[in-house]
Amino acid sequence: MSAPQPQGGPVARVLGLLGRSRELTLVALMLVMGALVTLGAPQFISVSNLNQVTAMAAIIAIAAVGEALTVMTKNIDLSVESTIGLVAFLVGVILREHDLPVPAAWLVGVGVGLLLGIANGAVITIFRIPSIVVTLGTLSIFRGVVFILAGGKEVNLVDLPPGYADLATDSVLGVPVFVIVAVVIVAAVGLLLWKTKFGRQIYAVGSNEEAAAIMGIRSRTVTFTVFAMCGALGGVAGVMWGIYFGTIYATSASGLVLQIVAAVVVGGVTISGGAGTVVGAALGALFLALINNALLVLQLPQELLQAIYGAVILVAVSADALLSQRQRRLAAREARR
Amino acid sequence: MTTARLQLTGISKRFAATAALADVSLELLAGEIHALVGENGAGKSTLVKVIAGVHQPDAGEIRLDGELITVPNPAAARERGIAVVHQEPRLFPDLSVAENIFLIAPPTDRFHTISWGEMRRRAAELFEQLDVRIDVAAPVRGLSMADQQLIEIAKALAIEARVLILDEPTASLSSHEVERLFTIVRRTSERGVAVLFVSHRLDEVFELCDRATVFRDGRYVTTAPTSELTTASLVRFMVGREVSLFPKEATTVGAPILEVRNLSDASGFRDVSFTVRAGEILGLAGLVGAGRTEIARVLFGIEPRTAGEVLLDGRPVEFRSPSEALRAGVAYVPEDRHQDGLVLDFSITNNITLPILGRLFPRLFLRARTEVEVATQFSERLRVRMTGVDQAVKALSGGNQQKVVIAKWLAARPRVLILDEPTRGVDIGAKVEVHRIVSELAASGLAIIMISSDLPEVLAMSDRILVLHEGRISEEIPRADATEERVMFAATGQRVQAPAGTGASSVH
Ligand SMILES: Nc1ncnc2c1ncn2[C@@H]1O[C@H](COP(=O)(O)OP(=O)(O)OP(=O)(O)O)[C@@H](O)[C@H]1O
Ligand SMILES: [Mg+2]
Repeated sequence: MSAPQPQGGPVARVLGLLGRSRELTLVALMLVMGALVTLGAPQFISVSNLNQVTAMAAIIAIAAVGEALTVMTKNIDLSVESTIGLVAFLVGVILREHDLPVPAAWLVGVGVGLLLGIANGAVITIFRIPSIVVTLGTLSIFRGVVFILAGGKEVNLVDLPPGYADLATDSVLGVPVFVIVAVVIVAAVGLLLWKTKFGRQIYAVGSNEEAAAIMGIRSRTVTFTVFAMCGALGGVAGVMWGIYFGTIYATSASGLVLQIVAAVVVGGVTISGGAGTVVGAALGALFLALINNALLVLQLPQELLQAIYGAVILVAVSADALLSQRQRRLAAREARR
Repeated sequence: MTTARLQLTGISKRFAATAALADVSLELLAGEIHALVGENGAGKSTLVKVIAGVHQPDAGEIRLDGELITVPNPAAARERGIAVVHQEPRLFPDLSVAENIFLIAPPTDRFHTISWGEMRRRAAELFEQLDVRIDVAAPVRGLSMADQQLIEIAKALAIEARVLILDEPTASLSSHEVERLFTIVRRTSERGVAVLFVSHRLDEVFELCDRATVFRDGRYVTTAPTSELTTASLVRFMVGREVSLFPKEATTVGAPILEVRNLSDASGFRDVSFTVRAGEILGLAGLVGAGRTEIARVLFGIEPRTAGEVLLDGRPVEFRSPSEALRAGVAYVPEDRHQDGLVLDFSITNNITLPILGRLFPRLFLRARTEVEVATQFSERLRVRMTGVDQAVKALSGGNQQKVVIAKWLAARPRVLILDEPTRGVDIGAKVEVHRIVSELAASGLAIIMISSDLPEVLAMSDRILVLHEGRISEEIPRADATEERVMFAATGQRVQAPAGTGASSVH
């Protein structure tokens, strides 16, 4: 059955189209919001501001892609913010204290992220403990390792190679490097989900683990792999976090997991598993970063920021829910003719 | 003339592009048992859900004892005394059996708090009526389909009903439970309750029901007293053409493929031995809870065994997971399609290709076109009633979902196929089709183990019947000697008192 075309005037038609995909809703919302904010604060649209926003959005988006994979299998990884913090700090320490080339330090960082993910995945699948419990534990453990590593000191920008932090805003043909990295990762993981056996198995395990097992899918292997990937992507995000901030504290990236999970959910990945896309999760990250930034450039009272931020998320998600219900009703009415 | 207890007039219901019900009418009299029959997807469950307040009709009216009513939700149906057993059990797995039964209206004590003792006592009473042994304090998780269905029945019986609606209540029950259920249903209708009974087992329709209404493709076809109908005429009304029953092909039985020696598991069965050969269909009969499904689950690597050995092609095997079993060529069609058989959120295509993605696409990427081709081929072969292979399986009728489960395993081309209640809830036309395909598969050299509570099906399809009683094999009956009586005797643990060698004709 092909979905019938939305009926009615142009407005209704656009709304109908939006209701069909969370990705399109987000893009439309971002365009509308961008236009409105630019009216109130023209500096919002400046290249330097947008570079700032997209660099941060890219980091969150990469972590959100990994998180989305775990959520699709009906799991969650709460420890990813500690992975980011640990990797960012570790790479800083390596560059400060060892004579390793910069790319090698990065590779170590991603490798450590992968190992942390493997540790999560192993505990979850071998002992069959719910991921929310395991990663709640490793959230603290990984953070504890950062504190031990830090020994009360932070990594400063001056300890790092000259020009290191500029990478965050460098661009190739006008496109920021961070954005390129994020797009490549989203495309690769998106392709994996859409076009490979493993991708299909992720959705199957998230929808109905028992049935998936009876169809010969090794659901524990799938879950394990997803956590390993989430760790590695957390490692990538951690390396980028270090570049972006230059100065890294033992508490860096604390509380970030809320934003990452919010990006995943706003991006349309259902928390009950089995559905969603990584493009959605990445757009969710961009959307949240834009809201954050818009609230800053509009110079709204500080004490309101947090509440407005939460309200905007709720509005966005409910608008999407309303649009898709409307879309279903239209489809049903159309079919009745 | 008295007014009907429940009168439905001109009911229509659409789901997007599907007209599930188009202007149907039905009249239930107080004290009658009324059958509703029709092919898979004919709209029977949709009508049941309209009466139960699960779905709202797009058009039409419902009258209860002459009074025009609306049923906005299931609670409203309950309050009006409409008790419903739905086709797919929907129980809360972590709550106890008793809690599931009295979830909405638990018995209370004088402080208006839940009286747990009273609740368990009343639940136990209900199961006693049904002559079923079940621990009412145990959680529902892990219970068989039959037990789950019995719990749904007990739930409906717990209501002081004016109308009792049973949507395929017998689909996973064996004859013994069915008999008990019928006794209770008859007793209920004698009290003046109007009963609507949906079933694909036509012998039950004739045994139990006073009148029958037939639907086809969402439309009303006819209503007639069962005394004026025959199986053939009923099938003609349902299908719109003649259907001949059970075409079992004669096969040449080859070498042993699967040998089971002294197999036991933790609780379900003990010391079970049998052999299945290439080209052979081995029927597993027995009462509900006799251990048939447990054997299948051990053979397929879902549950561990505690003793004994299994040989595949003469070599000992021990599967630790279904994926190992599948790779060795053993496939299993589970009885509970919602829990084990299907990924409900997936499309028909994605369900059918899920177990064979590795074979279809040995390289990295999937090709949508290939998947659609395979899915189309197998779903058309089984005549799945659908809007297209991209339809989500959760939008299919129960019987059509079952066809998708079977299509999936046909596409997987196994060497040993274990079928657990393969035609549960499948309509007569499709049942014949499933039997034909199973029979063809056997003829092509597969070894098939078929678990079924449908006795005529076991008798018609099996080359050999293994009857289980309380976890042990009580008798092995070759096809030529098999009769319903002999299987029933063995299933209840009685031995046939007949000299060896005489056929089942001596059992009377
Ligand atoms: N929730 C739903 N959404 C979309 N279509 C549905 C839904 N429920 C039922 N249908 C469609 O309505 C039609 C009638 O389905 P219904 O479940 O009433 O059949 P049935 O007669 O009970 O069949 P069965 O014997 O297989 O149980 C089918 O074509 C089915 O695909
Ligand atoms: Mg039905």
